[in-house]
Amino acid sequence: MSAVVQESPLPGLAGDCLWERDQLHTIVVDPSAGAPPRQKIQIVPLKGLPVVAVLLGFVVYAIASNKLWPLMLCHVAGGALWTSIDLFVGLAVGPIIGGMSPPSRAEFSAKFMPKMVIIMPTVVTMTLASGLQIAGHLGNLKIDAPQHKWLIASMIIVGIMAVIALGVLEPANITVLWEMNKPEPNPEIIGRMMKRFVYTAGITGIMQIATLVIMSKVATL
Amino acid sequence: MASLAAVIIGGVFLGSHAPRRPPLTLPVVLLALAVLLLGVGLLMITRVADFSWETWVRVGKWALLAYVLVAAMIEFAFVRNHTRGAPLVVVTAMLLIFALDVPFLIATTVARYAD
Repeated sequence: MSAVVQESPLPGLAGDCLWERDQLHTIVVDPSAGAPPRQKIQIVPLKGLPVVAVLLGFVVYAIASNKLWPLMLCHVAGGALWTSIDLFVGLAVGPIIGGMSPPSRAEFSAKFMPKMVIIMPTVVTMTLASGLQIAGHLGNLKIDAPQHKWLIASMIIVGIMAVIALGVLEPANITVLWEMNKPEPNPEIIGRMMKRFVYTAGITGIMQIATLVIMSKVATL
Repeated sequence: MASLAAVIIGGVFLGSHAPRRPPLTLPVVLLALAVLLLGVGLLMITRVADFSWETWVRVGKWALLAYVLVAAMIEFAFVRNHTRGAPLVVVTAMLLIFALDVPFLIATTVARYAD
């Protein structure tokens, strides 16, 4: 894909837009039309930080108190959100974004990606920090526990997901937002990073299905 | 990423042995490998022409703050689960590398496309 600016057979469309050569439609770029300046994207939404602080504070309380119900709440709620978001983004939102026009894609990404920056690390931390403690609490880590081998399998899957999420997904997320804040964003970089983001979200989403099966096994053994 | 994978494998190994005292040979080897790989990564980016160091520092410091907090929470979970002595030292060192690896990856990816 390459970014090219050309006149369009569609009069009336104006704005600071970029388009891709392989799109069927074109968008007019008319600087004299007085397009509104793009708003700077807040990469980390500051309004969300108090919510994150409350959630992580609750995780600390759960671990410190070693009570089962707050640990279970953190683990189940965090895990359910992590799984659902991964699957939804990878399998539903991703294909939708792929079919959108570049300006729509950019507008959606500008609003969606900052929220992901703050949501995903929070739910992952909630899930993992409480999970080990629950396993110890319930005796599932003992070598002779029937759930032991399933938990080891779960740890391996989660480990792989963590490498993908932290090593590929999150850097791609931040890079997209950083690029979109530039005076002249490069659509090739944004496109490449968004593809990485969506594909890896899909891969981790599918691995999450394995986690769901394992957790159901652990809970019912 | 290989450095991150090494510490995560080590962490999974240590976690899978909890609350028993784990054998430390593999985790220590993985830790050493992770440190080496992180060092190689740092060396590699110093050789990139026109690398945006300003962007790297700007992004890296905030990511470092976030992942130091995450690492601290995981450390707290291990301490709360009675991890002590040599295993705790290894876990702490691994979490330190983890807290450096992720910001390094984020900052390097952003800085690579900065200009």
